[in-house]
Amino acid sequence: MPLKSRHLLGLQGVSKEDIQLILDTATTFREVLERPIKKVPTLQGKTIVNLFYENSTRTRISFELAEKRLSADAVNFSVSTSSVSKGETFKDTMRNIEAMKVDMVVVRHSAAGAPLFLTQICDANIINAGDGIHEHPTQGLLDMYSIREKLRKIEGLKVCIVGDIAHSRVALSNIYGLKTMGAEVSVCGPLTMIPRFIEELGVKVIHNIDEAIQENDALNVLRIQIERKAREYFPSIREYAKYFGITEERLEKNGKDILILHPGPINRGVELSSGVADGLNQIILRQVTNGVAIRMAVLYLLGTLK
Amino acid sequence: MKVILKNIDVFHPAQKLNKKNTDILIEDGVITETGSLSEKKYADAEVYDFTGKVAVPGFFDMHVHLREPGREDEETVVSGCNAAASGGFTGIACMPNTEPAIDSAEVVEFVKKQANNHLVEVKVIAAATVGRKGEIISPMAELHEAGVVGFSDDGAAIKTAGILKRALEYSRMYNLPVIEHCEDESIAGGSMNEGLNSTMLGLPPIPSVAEDLIVMRDILLSEYTGGRIHIAHISTRKSVEMVREAKAKGLKVTAEVTPHHFALTDDAVKTYDTNTKMNPPLRTKEDVEEILKGLKDGTIDCIASDHAPHSAEEKEAEFEHAPNGITGLETEIGLALTELLHKNILTLEEVVNKMAINPRKVLDLPVPTFEARQQANITILDLNEIWTVDLSRSKSKSKNSPFDKRLLTGRAVAVVNNKKMFYQDKFIEL
Repeated sequence: MPLKSRHLLGLQGVSKEDIQLILDTATTFREVLERPIKKVPTLQGKTIVNLFYENSTRTRISFELAEKRLSADAVNFSVSTSSVSKGETFKDTMRNIEAMKVDMVVVRHSAAGAPLFLTQICDANIINAGDGIHEHPTQGLLDMYSIREKLRKIEGLKVCIVGDIAHSRVALSNIYGLKTMGAEVSVCGPLTMIPRFIEELGVKVIHNIDEAIQENDALNVLRIQIERKAREYFPSIREYAKYFGITEERLEKNGKDILILHPGPINRGVELSSGVADGLNQIILRQVTNGVAIRMAVLYLLGTLK
Repeated sequence: MKVILKNIDVFHPAQKLNKKNTDILIEDGVITETGSLSEKKYADAEVYDFTGKVAVPGFFDMHVHLREPGREDEETVVSGCNAAASGGFTGIACMPNTEPAIDSAEVVEFVKKQANNHLVEVKVIAAATVGRKGEIISPMAELHEAGVVGFSDDGAAIKTAGILKRALEYSRMYNLPVIEHCEDESIAGGSMNEGLNSTMLGLPPIPSVAEDLIVMRDILLSEYTGGRIHIAHISTRKSVEMVREAKAKGLKVTAEVTPHHFALTDDAVKTYDTNTKMNPPLRTKEDVEEILKGLKDGTIDCIASDHAPHSAEEKEAEFEHAPNGITGLETEIGLALTELLHKNILTLEEVVNKMAINPRKVLDLPVPTFEARQQANITILDLNEIWTVDLSRSKSKSKNSPFDKRLLTGRAVAVVNNKKMFYQDKFIEL
């Protein structure tokens, strides 16, 4: 059964069946990644452009590996400036790339809606690799995959997303995906970092991290972007770490075994203590491996659509 | 030259005039007679039959961005005036956020010179502070002498309460309003209204309270100084409530609303269409409901377009990077008639008040009448024509409107002013 859309712009509105299909397909590719020769000919002859308007080495490498494992021709196009500064507009750049006859475009952009805009001006399959503070669907999918791998299910689980929800593209994709799959979702962070009206998405808001630990089966801890604007939303890193950071003491105090995810890169000593980051109950590095499998699944399912 | 507007309804609320199926005789641009004219008067006159149409005092849009000087690729004074005439206006007031800003008598003269002898009368609103920087008040006495009708740093609010206080004190000497774009930039700074939609779309939010705070500040300072404040493009429920209270106290506060702020909500942003990006942003259903209430009860005095032309290449961008603003001169009357008159929110009298009479009162300008020996300054409406907006036919140099292809009921079919008529897509010398 094919996917219902020829693009992956976000997890909002993606059906349970489609998510299930992507996760199940990823399981197959996950197995490929354990083979000595990690390559399949599935997308041979397809050209994929990784159009990155924002630095993201990890996501780009993950997509690039996924493309290469599927035998597609991958081209990287990194633009340090966007159309807001002088130079070629986003639209012109895209038209130029399309003229080179590409089949799929993986796009990372600082502006929300940029992937949707691409679907209006070019014919390729568009995959959102993160747009502004909107969505990052493959991250949401790999988080769900990792939860399912570890806890054997998603439905009925309680998952809390911790950190700067308001400036995160990961949070919305997680919320949409997890809720579609039947999980109960909450968010936890300083209220300056929780978007107003988020509760209308059917999400509970918590601002006490101990409560979040006690109530949930899994925590998806977001990176605090200490280098960005988000820094203005809390008084100090010390205060954040003290009241919202996950430490071994805090986990011990709550006496609870809880699954901890993190999309990386980790700020050690801020949102996660080193002990927790390296501890047994986290699957952060598995998430990275799973990310390649998820991206292979998405590229395969979209690339082979008729 | 003699011209007869034949079989026309004449309606002027301020003049207590409401005549059906009559004639207007115009000689050399001046009204010489109204009433059923005898056959012999027709002999040497050009006759235009306007059966079923309504003549009202010429409509005036008090909030237009003409982009000249500086961005003549987007709009010039002349192209803006052509769009105004085609949209049904005989007068407009232009905003000073040009490059350079209109903050000196020289630039005022320049703009007026471009508009010279056009059907559409251009009144100039000057910057309230030098260069719109919010630091020193502009030379208001000299600007007043040059004929400006108000002061505004539109695009932003006057930066500090201290400067606004001085601007209100100084402009009070000339009974000119300070026209405020109400937005606290330390709270705003996003690209759409803060709400569930902004959260779901991942667009940086502009909280409604950013507008409310400045409206509150401005009302307080207007009360304190006795200067006149006009709230431009009001968009939030609370702001409307505050203006209502201020008026009840008898303060010198007036307000305008744009058609898009009563015809659309932030649901329109869901497609990331950059033609739904403007400042203030489209708000929620609750805000629109309060705006409609404010229009009905007189809290909101005027309807104005905030016509803001932008080049296609600038608008065809990522939502967050696209400039704010939409064109509006040619859809304004259609939207007002469709959304307000035909939905029984306002009567025709109220529409005429808000689009012809009140804007001139706010700017201290005379209101045209149908009395004999007055210059003919007339908008002719077809209240019931059903038509589809077609941006490709717009007279504006820019086409950035979210209303393309929208079906509207009612429009202006002709305007008369300054010895000219615009009718059936062309200018006719009278």
